[in-house]
Amino acid sequence: MTSIASENRTAPAPKYHYDSGRRWQTFLLEFAKYAILIPLTISFAFPLYWMISSALKVDSQVFTVPPILLPYPIHPENFIKGWQILPFTRYAVNSVVFYTVPAVVFTVLSSTIVAYGFSRLRWPGRDTMFWLVVMTMMLPWAVTMVPLFITFKWLGWLDTYRPLVVPALFSHPYIVFLLRQFFMTLPEELSDAARIDGASEFGILFRIILPLTKPALAVVALFRFLWAWNDYLGPLIYLRDENRYPLALGIEQLSRRANDIGNFSNGIPYLMAVSTLVALPIIVTFFFAQRTFIEGISVTGLKG
Amino acid sequence: MAASTQKVSRYTPQEWRNLRLGLIFVSPWVLGFLIFTIYPLLSSLYYSLTRYDLLRPPVFLGVKNYATLFFDDPHFWNVMYNTLYYVGVSVPFGVAVAFLIANLLNSDVVGRSFFRGVIYVPSIVPAVASAMVWQFLMNVQYGAINGILRYFGLPIIPFLSNPGWAKPSLILVAIWAQGAAVVIFLAALQDVPRSLYEAATVDGANLWHRFRNVTVPLTSPIILFNLIMGLIVAFQEFTVPWLLTEGGPMNSTEFYLVHLYRNAFEYLRMGKASALAWILFLIIVSFTVVIFRSSARWVYYGGDK
Repeated sequence: MTSIASENRTAPAPKYHYDSGRRWQTFLLEFAKYAILIPLTISFAFPLYWMISSALKVDSQVFTVPPILLPYPIHPENFIKGWQILPFTRYAVNSVVFYTVPAVVFTVLSSTIVAYGFSRLRWPGRDTMFWLVVMTMMLPWAVTMVPLFITFKWLGWLDTYRPLVVPALFSHPYIVFLLRQFFMTLPEELSDAARIDGASEFGILFRIILPLTKPALAVVALFRFLWAWNDYLGPLIYLRDENRYPLALGIEQLSRRANDIGNFSNGIPYLMAVSTLVALPIIVTFFFAQRTFIEGISVTGLKG
Repeated sequence: MAASTQKVSRYTPQEWRNLRLGLIFVSPWVLGFLIFTIYPLLSSLYYSLTRYDLLRPPVFLGVKNYATLFFDDPHFWNVMYNTLYYVGVSVPFGVAVAFLIANLLNSDVVGRSFFRGVIYVPSIVPAVASAMVWQFLMNVQYGAINGILRYFGLPIIPFLSNPGWAKPSLILVAIWAQGAAVVIFLAALQDVPRSLYEAATVDGANLWHRFRNVTVPLTSPIILFNLIMGLIVAFQEFTVPWLLTEGGPMNSTEFYLVHLYRNAFEYLRMGKASALAWILFLIIVSFTVVIFRSSARWVYYGGDK
């Protein structure tokens, strides 16, 4: 503060020139900032805009030069017709009932307990073991892919969702890590008071800690939902029976049909319509839970 | 047993109770670690020394799978080149782009959360859905990008059908989905104390100096984090190349995981696939170690971290 004042006092004469130059500089900088940011944002938004707008077209509006940016007339019936080409309702049920819901419930429940053990309890060797958890976060999943497939095949679990959701019962390192970060922020006195009252550790976790960390649970549940909903490689490896496909494999199946030109018309609009419908829950969730998303992502990085 | 009696003498009964309680709580992770990490890690090492097609029992070959890959399989080196090209360009470039966008957003921008949202959303949309749009957008005949180019009389770009263009095209898609890194950077930038910028300005530092000497050092741990995470993800990129180009044209996008997937689940060469997996594992580990080692020179850890 004092240094600013002293600088102003020592150089009063060129101040005017300095200031007008500075104002120009600021203006140019502001201009450059938006001149970069706005086209950049438009290019980031364009593919998803194109997905939605193409979903509303028919073939004659798709194959044009220049491309039609605002389709008219629009064909919202594509959403229903595209959805009905393959049993997408069944794929949606598979995605939700057999994959997303159990994966979220199992992961959050098991990871909560594990994260509690790594943060609110003191025991010898805890931090060494937690270091192992962090290491497994960086383990390439490609190394375990083949032997796990062999194991699950041996168990007769192919063509079921068990290979995708049973591991969730054993917690997820990344989610353990996030929850631990949240648990550590709660004061120790909270647990001590309850311990003196004779509460068990499970009681403390479920009655005291969890009610205080609802936002954290929302964050991790959201991420786990995202992973399961978006997962493609997992179902691709384990599910062969088309009746058991989740939405991700359903879209791929539709694209194979649509790419065989002559199979049916409006293939691309239908494909875009179904892709939009599958992406929609994610986009809508983001719209309503933007803060939760951003908070979760930010906590991830801030540990470094 | 002897070890455990020794430990009895080291720990008080209270510590023993704590240990037991702690282990009960973390037991799901311990079991999962043994079943889904340690066992597969070791068994894939074993399978990598065998020929195994799932139908007949594994045949022990020694290091033959590795030797064949390294010395007798030009396709493997092609896959390696593709992967290193993809990782080497998309990760540094992606991190740089994300960092620059985050810096733009960190200055007083009107509608920051709108811009941030638009840039973040592509990273959470299902990869299958975005692969479908990009395939359509980049199509030579009826893709929107070439449609626009053609409208302006510009030459069209064979994004996905030309071996020279296919890798850059997939890198473009990867950078489009970099939003999470932007959000992480932005959070880190907002943690840089304003007073440091003010102090630097008073000392006569211009925009570049402030960026170089305040912003970069204070966010360098996050740059490190994003580099390593980006590396691990990029080495194992599968969904987009698999759906967009299926490894083609002329194997130019046959990346590591695409190749591994093909060997394991199309050709049922579980032994070779396991050898590929272990090679990838060692590559990723050594890259990570090298970056961590070098980080001592360029990452700044403030007093509190």
